[in-house]
Amino acid sequence: MSIRFDSVTVAYDGNVVLDSLDLTVAPGEVMALLGPSGSGKTTALRAVAGFVRPASGRVLLGERDVTDLPPHRRGIGMVVQQYALFPHMRVEDNVAFGLKARRATRAEIRQRVADALEMTGMAAYARRYPRELSGGQQQRVAIARALAVRPAVLLLDEPLSALDARLRSGMLGELARLHRELPEVSILYVTHDQIEALTLADRIAVMDKARLRACGTPRELYRAPADEFTASFVGNANLLPVTVTAGGAALGSAELQVDTAGAVAGARATLCVRPHLVGLGDGPNRLTGTVSEIQWRGSTHRLYVDVAGHPVMADLRELRNPPAHGDEVSLHFAPEDAVLLAAGVGGDER
Amino acid sequence: MLVHSRKAKWAVWVLFLVLFVPLFALPLLVVLGASLATHWSGVLPSGPTIDHYRAATRGEALQALTTSLLTALAASLLALAVGTWAALAAAALKKSHRRVMDALFVLPVAVPSVVVGLSVLVAFSQPPLLLNGTRWIVILAHTVLVTAFAHQSVSAAIVRLDPAYEQAAASLGAGPARVLWRVRLPLLLPSLTAAAGLCFALSMGELSATMMLYPPDWTPLPVLIHAATDRGALFAGSAVAVVLMAATLLVLFAVSRVRTRASYR
Repeated sequence: MSIRFDSVTVAYDGNVVLDSLDLTVAPGEVMALLGPSGSGKTTALRAVAGFVRPASGRVLLGERDVTDLPPHRRGIGMVVQQYALFPHMRVEDNVAFGLKARRATRAEIRQRVADALEMTGMAAYARRYPRELSGGQQQRVAIARALAVRPAVLLLDEPLSALDARLRSGMLGELARLHRELPEVSILYVTHDQIEALTLADRIAVMDKARLRACGTPRELYRAPADEFTASFVGNANLLPVTVTAGGAALGSAELQVDTAGAVAGARATLCVRPHLVGLGDGPNRLTGTVSEIQWRGSTHRLYVDVAGHPVMADLRELRNPPAHGDEVSLHFAPEDAVLLAAGVGGDER
Repeated sequence: MLVHSRKAKWAVWVLFLVLFVPLFALPLLVVLGASLATHWSGVLPSGPTIDHYRAATRGEALQALTTSLLTALAASLLALAVGTWAALAAAALKKSHRRVMDALFVLPVAVPSVVVGLSVLVAFSQPPLLLNGTRWIVILAHTVLVTAFAHQSVSAAIVRLDPAYEQAAASLGAGPARVLWRVRLPLLLPSLTAAAGLCFALSMGELSATMMLYPPDWTPLPVLIHAATDRGALFAGSAVAVVLMAATLLVLFAVSRVRTRASYR
């Protein structure tokens, strides 16, 4: 079932926390709402769940306008950061809760609880209480509980952020598998973690300051971000203030070849280059500067190079003879790896 | 407070006993001693006997004990129902309205219980609601007096209740009634039993309002103790007081057993 936000605005005490959001999640699609805290992403999810009331605009599930429906009539599944498993119920009763609320028959409840626990690998824990489970197990039960009612729409609100890093990457794979097994379920996935969004989502909606900044496939947003905020929030980015010239862009005295995409010569713009696409040594689009910091990260070295007053990051495969702090180095990047962003569009007001 | 050295631990224990024993334990021990004595002219009571207990556990005293237990049970259950209902309703109100409601519920505690007793007496001595002379006026007065405590402790628990539980339940398709009975009330159960125990204990000991209201066939135990001491039968009165204390503590103990089973974390 599709989820549609039709100019949804939410305000608390005159404070706008979601500013006329227009967004459609296609049936069976995984849409990540990615943004820093306070960006309005959780508010958007809660508007779909029915826990906040839009000041204006409509929320539609499929063809049905649910804006004025209470949460329990919306037919959604939801998993929140702290799971909110009912502590006084066994795992199986937690999972059966939604089915009982929908007055399913006893036989149906037993079957669906078993299915949901099987699917999340928690069948062996049906008789346990939530407090007897680890964080990852509680997470699985919360997902089983949401899936048992077979919702057409699944809302996930930072479902992995209470887990430690190793468990998190495991659960990412689990979520991807679940979605392959339930291809018809639309998922709205709220996260502040770009890796989760890049890994799971069919499309990412980048949010900042109550507004939708950009929306596209992970690849589109990563390769050709629309603005500086998106560039820096989806992956790491070097953002360099440049002046557009006839054949490319100028950073201080360095003349760089890039696709100007119709920008007027003389205009100010921002050049976006991903750190892992910057190479060390001579090449096209050469930048020279002094190493201000060098970090060894196991498989890579990260160099911070001061180029005419602007810090440039380069992620390089582990170097045999890394340069030292203060060394003069040359960096380069391929013209097709750089994107010119119009300055001021979603500009650097932060 | 964390105290590490052995000497300091002893010092803290001694301080605790010096403060606790005279203030809290000694008066109770005195009543216990008196209840087993026929004379108390020296430092210690003398003439040991259990005759007072024989009298305190039969006849008039036994009936008064039953009366007290029934009154306390009825009043605490009524207070719990009304207080919980009001607290749940208040939780859905705006903050300013909630304050008004809280203040209203605290009123019977803020006002001296003699005044509450008198006002109940005046209010229900006339038709259409003529309760004066029946047991119901005692139960009603006790309910009015203890509802404040039920309301207060349940309100505090509701504030601490994580709204995520109700929201999870609602998202799973549970209507407000199901959320209340299956999720909110079970989660509040530890506080509800605590509130019930508190109300019960308060009702068991209520004297000042009861004095004005009790009919001859519904004499609670505190009234009996007061009557006994009033006519100078201190030792017999002490035995009845010990019975009252023991009965109350027994019920509170049973309630606390229920509570431990109901707490989840």
